[in-house]
Amino acid sequence: MMDSVITTDPHLARRHRWGTLFEWVCKLATWACLLILAIMIVGIVINGRQHLNWSFLTSFDSVNHPEQAGIKAGIWGTFWLILLMACFSIPVGIGAAVYLEEYARPNRLTRLIQLNILNLAGVPSIVYGILGMTVFGHMFGLFGNAPPREAVWALPFGQKVLTGAFTLSLLILPVVIISTQEALRTVPASLRHSSLALGATQWQTIRFQVLPAAMPGILTGIILAVSRAVGESAPLIMVGALSYVHQTPGNISSVTDFFTNPHGIIEAPFDVFTAMPLIIYNWASQSDPIYQSLAAAGIVVLLAVLLLMNTAAVVIRQRFQNWIRW
Amino acid sequence: MSSETDPTGPRPSLHRTWTLTTLKEQGIRVLLFGCALVSVATTFGIIGILIWETGLFFSQVSLGAFLGDTVWAPQSIDDPHFGIWPLACGTFLVAGVAGLIGLPMGLLAALYLSEYASERSRSILKPILEVLAGIPSIVFGYFGLVFVTPYVLQPIFMDGLGIDVGPFNVLSAGIVVGIMIIPTISSLSEDVLRSVPQGLREAGLALGSTKFDVSVRIILPAALSGIIAAFLLALSRAIGETMAVTIAAGSQPDLTLNVFRPVETMTAYIVLISLGEAAEGSIEKRSLYVVAMSLFLITLAMNIVARFILRRYRNVYQ
Repeated sequence: MMDSVITTDPHLARRHRWGTLFEWVCKLATWACLLILAIMIVGIVINGRQHLNWSFLTSFDSVNHPEQAGIKAGIWGTFWLILLMACFSIPVGIGAAVYLEEYARPNRLTRLIQLNILNLAGVPSIVYGILGMTVFGHMFGLFGNAPPREAVWALPFGQKVLTGAFTLSLLILPVVIISTQEALRTVPASLRHSSLALGATQWQTIRFQVLPAAMPGILTGIILAVSRAVGESAPLIMVGALSYVHQTPGNISSVTDFFTNPHGIIEAPFDVFTAMPLIIYNWASQSDPIYQSLAAAGIVVLLAVLLLMNTAAVVIRQRFQNWIRW
Repeated sequence: MSSETDPTGPRPSLHRTWTLTTLKEQGIRVLLFGCALVSVATTFGIIGILIWETGLFFSQVSLGAFLGDTVWAPQSIDDPHFGIWPLACGTFLVAGVAGLIGLPMGLLAALYLSEYASERSRSILKPILEVLAGIPSIVFGYFGLVFVTPYVLQPIFMDGLGIDVGPFNVLSAGIVVGIMIIPTISSLSEDVLRSVPQGLREAGLALGSTKFDVSVRIILPAALSGIIAAFLLALSRAIGETMAVTIAAGSQPDLTLNVFRPVETMTAYIVLISLGEAAEGSIEKRSLYVVAMSLFLITLAMNIVARFILRRYRNVYQ
């Protein structure tokens, strides 16, 4: 039976061969991504292995003794940046998404805001850097030139942690809004209706029913957006983050410093800063091989932080998924 | 008859009364609207600043000198030139190489994931592509500079074919940016391919097509507009890509089509100027805004066209 089918079409065998070949090409192209990823990570770990030790995490960058250089200033700079950024972008992002999904009527203004958010998500990060530099860094020159770096609570912010944090906030805001909206859309309308029918106001419905139900989706989206900001360097260069810093923001360089040096917590947002990707960039752009391996070690630390955050996102997604059943 | 059951007695008003609760509800509504307006303010901020500074730039440099000159040397004191073409050329050259690598790879990956892969392979491959998408661009730049150029390009082209390949070149930057955009293309295209109705596949198979015929001659044409949109979004990402090209492609604003030479892209120029100490209000600093404006307009146009195509495409299969 099979034979007769094949003999009626002399091209069929060739067509099947083509088909198999094409399938293999597709398969190879996809698995090549895994190969590239593996080569990249293994290569970088091998390149940076000589610096991967505890003192790399606990010492500052060094020009005279590059073999003892570390990424401490970058770790604390990134910590403060991300903390302050989260304080701003998470409430505003969730607020905007709740407004668009729960309150806004489908009129022209809403469509305009929605379209605007989609387009903002496609704006290159470096353009956000220009915005941050002009608005937060210089404040359009309205308050004169940037204050000296000792000045706390001064306008304009200048090249301080706060400038970087606000800039990154605007950068990830569209991503936070879009992912929160998607999470809110998965909450069934019946939940809202039953809450409203029981006499809850709209805000009570959102606060006690919709937001808790959408929380796993919202958290996953936020963690992914924040991890994007962790690796971001171009906008920070624009707002004037330094790549060679010999201190941590607010002189807080260990967990105990939060208690022994509470004043530093207030000072930190107004301190000069660097961030992990910036130190890596600085090292990578030096031609000396020792800096290349320092950069590799820095990348390993950066990727480890990102891996930790992504694992947290996966864990949260799976944990909460079992909690909520419609 | 007691007064409670008297139907003619006082009833609660149907009109809204202003109590503390309704006031709070309104307050929250306004507050949340304010949050949504932050994104609008961001757009106005970006556009306003870019237009303002671009205006100041063009009061000093003519538009003809910007679009007509083929030399970019804003830092030169005695003979400054402001021709955008060397930067534009560098940007498009890198994006072009990235496209040549990323578009076919991403499309093949999307086809494999949507048409061929088993559930098990998908469950391995999708997270891998997500991980690839989450790797910071600075890591790709480092990979291009430290691995792709010395271990791939120089052995093949310099030792094999005798072409001079410097430490900074377009090809290595294009390759790593191409790898960066694979996840964008594959995930967007896969969504598009999966939304092609199953009936089309079954019809093709029933008429005696092989799986290859169905994928390439039926599904691909049906999804073509959506795939073009995915390509546009990915290319606009490649054009706006900053750190990878700054590290791997170098900083030489030459008007060249030679992919073995270093170039300077628009994004790299912006980064390198901000690393230096350009004085506020100087023409050098203003040139930064003009370049950013060009970049913004190019990527915005590509994004708008892509979104438009995607929306049209969605309407076809609904």
